[in-house]
Amino acid sequence: MKTLLKNCKIVNHDKVTEGNILIDGEFIASVTASADEKADKVIDCKGKYAVPGLIDLHVHFRDPGLEYKEDITSGGKAAVAGGVTAVCPMANTKPVNDNRIITEYMIKKAQADGLIDLFPIGAMTKGMEGEELTEMGDMTEGGAIGFSDDGKPVCSAEVFRRAAEYASQFGSFVISHAEDKSLAGAGVIHEGEVSAITGLKGIPSECEEVMVARDILMSKLTGAHVHICHISSKGTLDLIKWAKSMGYNVTCEVTPHHFTLTEKELLSYDTNCKMNPPLRAQEDVDAMIEGLRNGDIDCIVTDHAPHHPDEKAQEFDLAPFGMTGIQTMLPLSLALVEKGVIDMPAFVRLTSYNPAKLIKKTDRGEIAVGKLADIAIVDAELEYVFDNKLNKSKSVNTPYMGKKLKGAALYTIKSGRVVFEFPMN
Amino acid sequence: MAYKRKDLLGMKDLTKEEILYLLETAQKFTEINERDVKKVPTLKGKTVINLFFEPSTRTRTSFEIAGKRLSADTINFTASASSTTKGETLIDTVKNMEAMKSDIFVVRHSYSGAVKYIAEHTDAKVVNAGDGLNEHPTQALLDMLTIRQSKGRLEGLEVAIIGDITHSRVARSDVWAMTKLGVNVRLFGPTTMIPKHSEVFGCRVCKSMNEAVDGADVIIMLRIQRERQGKLLIPSTKEYAKYFGLTKDKLALAKPDALVMHPGPINRGVELMSNVADSDNSGVLKQVTNGVAVRMAALYILGIGNNKGGIDENAS
Repeated sequence: MKTLLKNCKIVNHDKVTEGNILIDGEFIASVTASADEKADKVIDCKGKYAVPGLIDLHVHFRDPGLEYKEDITSGGKAAVAGGVTAVCPMANTKPVNDNRIITEYMIKKAQADGLIDLFPIGAMTKGMEGEELTEMGDMTEGGAIGFSDDGKPVCSAEVFRRAAEYASQFGSFVISHAEDKSLAGAGVIHEGEVSAITGLKGIPSECEEVMVARDILMSKLTGAHVHICHISSKGTLDLIKWAKSMGYNVTCEVTPHHFTLTEKELLSYDTNCKMNPPLRAQEDVDAMIEGLRNGDIDCIVTDHAPHHPDEKAQEFDLAPFGMTGIQTMLPLSLALVEKGVIDMPAFVRLTSYNPAKLIKKTDRGEIAVGKLADIAIVDAELEYVFDNKLNKSKSVNTPYMGKKLKGAALYTIKSGRVVFEFPMN
Repeated sequence: MAYKRKDLLGMKDLTKEEILYLLETAQKFTEINERDVKKVPTLKGKTVINLFFEPSTRTRTSFEIAGKRLSADTINFTASASSTTKGETLIDTVKNMEAMKSDIFVVRHSYSGAVKYIAEHTDAKVVNAGDGLNEHPTQALLDMLTIRQSKGRLEGLEVAIIGDITHSRVARSDVWAMTKLGVNVRLFGPTTMIPKHSEVFGCRVCKSMNEAVDGADVIIMLRIQRERQGKLLIPSTKEYAKYFGLTKDKLALAKPDALVMHPGPINRGVELMSNVADSDNSGVLKQVTNGVAVRMAALYILGIGNNKGGIDENAS
């Protein structure tokens, strides 16, 4: 089957061109097709952007084991509604994804749904207990693209070192959720002005930075690729800039909420704004924006963390950390374009081109002949209220629920098939 | 009526006028407490539930006496904050109490923000009797009432608050309220017990006990709770007493008629030496007496108010 996408502003990591995209089967056949090209299906994109399908390196789809929060199917629906065509779910499922069987279960379930590609991140240690390495070779063969004990950071420097070393042998890498749990203590929000005002216990930025420093040094020691996930503080970014300037094999990611929202959100004790790492101070948000502008930050990810409403409707200290975000990444990232922080090619680098490179998926991340036809047609001007009708996740734990957003995927195309169309009415 | 809110959740969001109105009402109620027959029919037929999710005897007793002197039916409900993690949710508990047609909830909870959370989910009026490290508004009111009775004014006074500022809801409520009323508040305590961003309080943070008490009109000593805050913040109560306790010698650096206060219960020989606690400078028992009047004022103002309030009106 052939599909023609007419009148697109085709955005790639290096340029924007106007043209028509011809898709043949699962792949892109031409980006210079004539508008009259014969096809089974023709979509007139009316001058909107065509971007490579977004690749979200950091999600929690809660499947297996915690399907009351989300599952691979609902997560996939939410993903494509946000222009996302590939995701990397973290290993903190129940049971933990610390073996090939679970890795393959996840991949197959997503394949059966046919909405997105799912590339699991395996646990770094068995049961995410920070002690014994997982079978990284076997899991890599089964489709795991990286290893992390996200949320339960490896406390022992030696274990982290060995995990990084061992993963590198299989061409894989480790992902560090950098947090010194002993320093975080019982903290629930950023230790700053708002923790002083509200009496909510604080988590200092140094809690992240001390582990980032350690993990950078473990990369230096081993030469292995260490990816620092969801960075949130100015100090962290300074450390990463230093690591990169030294030529260490270190990359990083940031979430839309960490470059958009500050600790001020917590003045209202809103549990939907309780996340880990916490929303930090304005200077940290400014640093994240600067890091995106100058390319020090490699990619934008969501840390999509669905939780049941009952879990968030609790005393602040008892509510779990995290917010959903896979459907709001697109508008919040496009806001950076509108503000002139980044241009559209940079948007593509941050949301698909760089992530594809990081996980070594050379078949995507670009709109070019021979690449997978994973494409989002994006209307950067479309304004709408993000409500229960639009939300496809099983969960609603986001401060953006009921809020006005700008920018959305009009169509999401996965391997040549239209898997999402924005409901215009 | 100068107080139109549904609830009394904290001092931070109140205006100067609202605080003064509460204080003036409390001052009027002090007279009832001096009578032989200490009862007025003001809240007859109203049901006040003391919802305590954290152990307390004196604050709960004070609220209970306040309710009874206003002729309200006061009922005590005690549960542990952790019980809500196992069984019923906090809001379900509150909704059950509300379904029994309660008019006012007096709530204490060990988590910051939990009382506001309750207030947003009930039509009943809510008085915060202390939430986590956040606020303890009636304590701030009784502190200010005691100071005003002693000094005749609040504006321009030098008030020192000494102790564990980070973990003190009393300190927070005092700071928010007193700074609005023109009091010059200074803070002091071990560096492990002063928030990193103490500049948000708009108070001077002192470097030594001498600096903290020097020329002070009022000294508020906070209770040190070593068992609660862990043993990491101070090495021993002995050392705490030496550097952060109020002795006769330190008190001599304050104004001669300096008023010494403490939210209670006192750790004698730790933050407050007995010869200070029992001296003429001590206003500690006066605070307790005023506590009843302040709580009567709070229950009265919310209990007779016809306004429905609502979340929006109370939003910060």
